[in-house]
Amino acid sequence: MKAYLLYRDRDFDLDAPLPPHADALIQDLELTTLFGAMARGDEFLLDVAKKTILAGMDDLDAIRYRQAILRDCLKNPAIVAEMYALVVDAIGNERKNYWGIFHRYPGAILNRAVDVLQMFVTMLKRLRRIAEDHADKFESEGFTTLFAMLRRELDDGYFAAIEEHLRRLKFRDGVMISAELGPGNNGVNHVLRRPREQSRGWLMRLLPRRGGPFTIHVHPRDESGARLLSDLRDRGVNQVANALAQSTDHILDFFRMLRIELGFHIGCLNLHRQLDEKGMPVSFPVPAAGSERRHSCRKLYDACLALTLGTAVVSNDVAADGKALVIVTGPNQGGKSTFLRAIGLAQLMMQGGMFVAAESCCSNVCARVLTHYKREEDTTMKSGKFDEELERMSAVVDQIAPNSMLLFNESFAATNEREGAEIAGQIVRALLESRVKIFFVTHLYEFARAFHERNLTNTLFLRAERQTDGNRTFKIIPGAPLETSHGEDLYERIFLRGEPLPPAQGKFRERQPAK
Amino acid sequence: MSPSARPATMDKTPLRGHGDTAPAAHTNMPAPFAATALPSVLFERAEDRPYAEESAAPACFHDLNLDQIVETLVAGRAEYGLKSFFHAPLKRAGAIAYRQDVLRDLEHPALFEAVKSFTRRMREMRGHLASTEKLSYRYQKERWFLETVETYCGAVEQLARDLAAAPLQSQGLLAFHACLTSYTGSSRFIVLRKQIAKQQADLSRVTYNLVLKDLSITVRKFEAEADYGAEVLATFEKFKQGDAKDYRVKYPDSLDISHIEAKIHEHLAALYPAEFSALDRFFADYQDYLDEAIGVFDREIQFYIAALEYYEPLKRAGLAICYPKISEDGKAIFSRDGFDVALAHRLVGQKATVVCNDFELVGAERILVVSGPNQGGKTTFARAFGQMHYLASIGFPVPGREARLFLFDKLFTHFEREEDITTLRGKLEDDLVRIHEVLRAATPDSIVVMNEIFTSTTLSDAMFLGREILGRIAALDALCVCVTFIDELAALNEKTVSMVSGVYPDNPAVRTYKIARRPADGLAYALAIAEKHRLTYARLRERLPS
Repeated sequence: MKAYLLYRDRDFDLDAPLPPHADALIQDLELTTLFGAMARGDEFLLDVAKKTILAGMDDLDAIRYRQAILRDCLKNPAIVAEMYALVVDAIGNERKNYWGIFHRYPGAILNRAVDVLQMFVTMLKRLRRIAEDHADKFESEGFTTLFAMLRRELDDGYFAAIEEHLRRLKFRDGVMISAELGPGNNGVNHVLRRPREQSRGWLMRLLPRRGGPFTIHVHPRDESGARLLSDLRDRGVNQVANALAQSTDHILDFFRMLRIELGFHIGCLNLHRQLDEKGMPVSFPVPAAGSERRHSCRKLYDACLALTLGTAVVSNDVAADGKALVIVTGPNQGGKSTFLRAIGLAQLMMQGGMFVAAESCCSNVCARVLTHYKREEDTTMKSGKFDEELERMSAVVDQIAPNSMLLFNESFAATNEREGAEIAGQIVRALLESRVKIFFVTHLYEFARAFHERNLTNTLFLRAERQTDGNRTFKIIPGAPLETSHGEDLYERIFLRGEPLPPAQGKFRERQPAK
Repeated sequence: MSPSARPATMDKTPLRGHGDTAPAAHTNMPAPFAATALPSVLFERAEDRPYAEESAAPACFHDLNLDQIVETLVAGRAEYGLKSFFHAPLKRAGAIAYRQDVLRDLEHPALFEAVKSFTRRMREMRGHLASTEKLSYRYQKERWFLETVETYCGAVEQLARDLAAAPLQSQGLLAFHACLTSYTGSSRFIVLRKQIAKQQADLSRVTYNLVLKDLSITVRKFEAEADYGAEVLATFEKFKQGDAKDYRVKYPDSLDISHIEAKIHEHLAALYPAEFSALDRFFADYQDYLDEAIGVFDREIQFYIAALEYYEPLKRAGLAICYPKISEDGKAIFSRDGFDVALAHRLVGQKATVVCNDFELVGAERILVVSGPNQGGKTTFARAFGQMHYLASIGFPVPGREARLFLFDKLFTHFEREEDITTLRGKLEDDLVRIHEVLRAATPDSIVVMNEIFTSTTLSDAMFLGREILGRIAALDALCVCVTFIDELAALNEKTVSMVSGVYPDNPAVRTYKIARRPADGLAYALAIAEKHRLTYARLRERLPS
């Protein structure tokens, strides 16, 4: 039995290692914030969100398959939440059925397996009930298949058969065990036997009267005597306990997989609700083939910033169809990093089969999403900053496959501008020729200018908007690179005018365009 | 350095409370002296102590990798709560000399071994005590307690012998030794010693049998019955074959005993009333066996053990370590063959070479401007400068053959940081705000270490801002190291000294890591590094699919 609510034809492997570039992505795109919003404090959901998003898909059909399931979830959040709660309960109850200190004894293994199976049967019945009651409300291939399977596989006859076994395995009438004599006349090869149905009370008749010569009476408080009896019983039920415990594990695996798969969608529902509360639009993106160069969005914004700020944030339109290189320049603190993060997040979310933080979005899928951001000094002291930066760049190059996307944020600034521009230029030229799609936020004026002068049709220049009064709008608009970064006004404000800095958030809000 | 005045209270040392009081009178009494009267090997005067026992790491710790150094120093020493000592720079040259003197004493190998051995035994004693406190059965607990106190007495006596044999010179250790001698000679200690010996002899005479019948166990005195187990083993010896799988359940060694054993103890206590009631009394009478001055010494001396053990591998690798002269007012400072100790620690571990550098400021010079090829050791140089000053300020030896360092009031660092989404400030603004805060708090007696600032802006912005900021530091007359790629800053005014990282002339991609005093040469070597990482256009075309 497979649920297949993430992929059409396979399970999701939660234990698979993260892609090599995962840590950098998490750090550079502030993914912890995104995962946190999806998890809402639940560690399991956090793990699922992280692993599913970082294991993005580049197959258009697979993306659409998952989008359809998520659309169903958004239509039926309560039913999906009920299913998830049920699955969590089933797994939680199994765990609560503690192995205790007796897990080395087959009798205890068997009793536990019987209890767990009984609980699982109850849960499976409820799950089938949900399938029966609500199947008509779901349209996606994933849910339709799952509900049909539940109704087909878990019919009444099957449940009746399980319950009959569980009843027997409680041994209300006693345990019948056969054994052979081994070395020294010790009992060996213990085998559990099934008494004939009609001989209910059979054990009582077989046993001699109390006090007879064949009976050993263990005093109720003789623990070692009692221990010997239980030991014999354990040998007898060893095999059946094993078989039953394995069965519970199989059912548990089904619930676990369902929990992972539903967990992803629950995370998406959580995220959706939070963005919705802030009045921020989301939409299902239209993925284009990896060989194309598509990037057009309306009202694209940084979901992480929206989640952090707890309020509406600036959004941008992007018209970069046919562009392989997008160079973003402009004043400090003008929204460039935020814009770059929005691009990266939308790409990851799309390839995770999710909605994205935009009113509409169409982008080509990428083999890999990679980042190269300026970093704090390498604290292992192995080398200088520029060397460390290029070492990371080289590691990124090792990850590149054709049609990857690479986001640069102020890379190659750890040396002086002329040299940084030269190296950035060489790297970007080589990457473009290897069909890598590039977004490059930079202060390297020399670098931006050089590309601008080449006047290539596949290059787009964007700039953080700065109004004539020096204020930033945080809007990223088309525009050629300009030479200054306006550090002088910051210096004047902080050092000379001694203006106390407004609280960052307040300042941010104040500069929002009026809604 | 001149030994500064010692507080009078230290000269006569013997602590009140160690004298003639009989043990019984001590029972459950708090230590009868205030903490300030205890000899301290760390603080010459009460005023040298930090205000708060628990203090956070200074802001410069991360940038200077002092956090790494302190993590190594306190590794395995969590129980001593040493961090606050490392977080509190001293404010007097005399207070620093006091610590340097103790360290010089401890450099005698025999004494150092003796002190370490003492602290090991004290730690063992605390381990016993902690175990004991978890026990709930009376006679089990009391017997463990007895062993604990014996460990303590042994450690104290050995330390007293070892200190007597050592050529102590430092005020700190001499004062503690006097206090210790008085304590071991006190009747309190001597009586405790005798009591322990008596208890142990008594308990070794308690021998007994357990008789188990049906569900009963009988406890009796031992009467020299024969070893039946040995007889049984002998009888069945002939049946023994080769190895077989072991089906026995393993019972690990444990302090735990069962309620049955506890009952057995009760019966034994009835059979041997004198021995057990004496044990009861010992337990009740000696709960406060641990002398406070001993406890304080055990903790404080860890500061020095940590220091010497930290430098030990560096010395073995042939690196020079010295006790710096501390300058309280003059800003003419120098260091010969200094280095970054955190880096050296790692390099020595990898058997790699550590490059040493000098610096010197004379006359009006206050600011070292470090430029030159990247990856040439500039950051390391700046960090070493800050580290040396900080380490000197807590009384530590510093790397190098010889040094004179400035007793700063505050040590500031400004290293580049990653962007933080929560502040919502751009990097340049963040840089400026932080530097502004530093300059507002800095005084002429402060040290400022700046590493590669303004890299997030254009060249012209960076030049403008660099000149403004360095100009302000120069006007303040504070000491400063500034690592920068902006060559122009190296010749800003008469306070700046230009230092340049070097390369081997025949192979510009290989750095010497030597930082030498000479004019900035305007050359950087970025493309050589790009080539090294196979990131030039040509290399990338080879590496990437086309």
